[in-house]
Amino acid sequence: MIQSQAAPQQASDDIAVTLKGVNKWYGDFQVLRDINLTVQRGERIVICGPSGSGKSTLIRCINHLESHQEGTITVDGVTLSDKMKDVEKLRRDAGMVFQNFNLFPHLSVLDNCILPQRRVLKRSKAEAREVGMKFLTRVRIPEQADKFPGQLSGGQQQRVAIARALCMEPSLMLFDEPTSALDPEMVGEVLETMVELAGTGMTMLCVTHEMGFAREVADRVIFMDAWQIVEENTPDAFFDNPQNERTQNFLSQIL
Amino acid sequence: MIGFLQSIFGEFYGKMIFILLDATQYTIYLSLVAFIGGGLIGLVMTVLKILPNRATRIFATSYIWLFQSIPLLMLLFLIGLGVPSFFKVDVSPWLAAGISLTLFTSAYMSEVWRGALESVPNGQWEGARALGMTFRQTLLDVIAPQALRIATPPTVGFMVQVIKGTSMAYIIDFTDLMRWGKKIANSQVPGAEPFIVFPIVALIYFALCFPLSQWSKAMERKQALGKTR
Ligand SMILES: Nc1ncnc2c1ncn2[C@@H]1O[C@H](COP(=O)(O)OP(=O)(O)O)[C@@H](O)[C@H]1O
Ligand SMILES: [Mg+2]
Repeated sequence: MIQSQAAPQQASDDIAVTLKGVNKWYGDFQVLRDINLTVQRGERIVICGPSGSGKSTLIRCINHLESHQEGTITVDGVTLSDKMKDVEKLRRDAGMVFQNFNLFPHLSVLDNCILPQRRVLKRSKAEAREVGMKFLTRVRIPEQADKFPGQLSGGQQQRVAIARALCMEPSLMLFDEPTSALDPEMVGEVLETMVELAGTGMTMLCVTHEMGFAREVADRVIFMDAWQIVEENTPDAFFDNPQNERTQNFLSQIL
Repeated sequence: MIGFLQSIFGEFYGKMIFILLDATQYTIYLSLVAFIGGGLIGLVMTVLKILPNRATRIFATSYIWLFQSIPLLMLLFLIGLGVPSFFKVDVSPWLAAGISLTLFTSAYMSEVWRGALESVPNGQWEGARALGMTFRQTLLDVIAPQALRIATPPTVGFMVQVIKGTSMAYIIDFTDLMRWGKKIANSQVPGAEPFIVFPIVALIYFALCFPLSQWSKAMERKQALGKTR
């Protein structure tokens, strides 16, 4: 039954995310306008654009923290809707890193990594601990495992948040301005972690204005303005030779 | 006990204080009933109120609104006097007082707890949901532990209101500290005038409430310190 209904998808294994004609409103206010986007597996995409242009909303729709009203969003072959059965499975496949970390302040760094593994993946305590330490080591803060988030610097907290998301072994990582809330001297360590993650072949969608990062790792840069995708290009073409007037304006402001 | 009190306060006042202290146990029992019963119902109402379900939310909101708006004294009259005379049933003062104070307590408790739950930043919900945790898991493992710390001082503080609230139950013949105090004060016996008896009664209420409010304040101070750390 289920198999026969599955629509034939063109090389669906190679495609991580597709958005087709996505429209979204908050009440009467349209925040996403006809968004079309295909993300190949392993692709690294940077999304930038002025504040309020709908970047957060776009990536929050991809793990269904927000729901859209029109169009289709498909993640790992699963089409999202309000009626979808296993939204938890989708969310654990699409890890998310927030501007404000959203670590659990009442749990130690290691327990932040352990809790979701125990609850969502039903891993044993020992396994969850081992995986937690593995990823804390990967983001280079294994020695902070027993501290509480409030005792860490912003940069360290964000790296814990990345490790916590990676513990769920996602196939896709979403970043929403992961360095915007950080003191300037801590931006580097988080970007470095993200560059390393890109090196592992992870599919990444990053909302960020860090142009150095975009040039170094992005396969494509997407520029959003006024709730739609205005321009889309390779980083070098995008930064050196922006086509759209609004892109040129935006770049002249941030560069 | 009575001998001990009489050896300190003399025969007359020793006996009076003994009677009052003996009656105090019912004040404590009633407070505990209200606190536990009200706590349980309050917990249920809190959960109903935050569930993503319109019907339960409206039900809980109406409940809280209703019992927060009716004065405790009115509840006591309604349940202790109104219900028995309307339905021609016997409602013991114990039952009436227990139900009234439970309803009263539950409405306030759920308000305090809902406030505590809502004071946990929304990012905590999003962080947990984005990891694939369910509503229930998020509530129990992420939100509730943080809300509990916020809610404990006002919860203990509210216990003081409950204890003081029990004193109104004398009006439906519930036999507690207040009722015995009033009885003795009305007795016309020299040495047991209201200006002597009521201060003693007040002192006993104070002895019950003061430690609780101090404890609540101490916890609040500790949390304030923890935040600035
Ligand atoms: N929950 C919401 N309700 C109503 N409007 C919202 C909500 N969240 C965001 N918006 C509005 O939607 C627009 C896009 O927001 P957002 O996606 O956060 O932009 P960006 O991340 O690009 O700064 C903004 O104008 C914002 O004010
Ligand atoms: Mg944003």
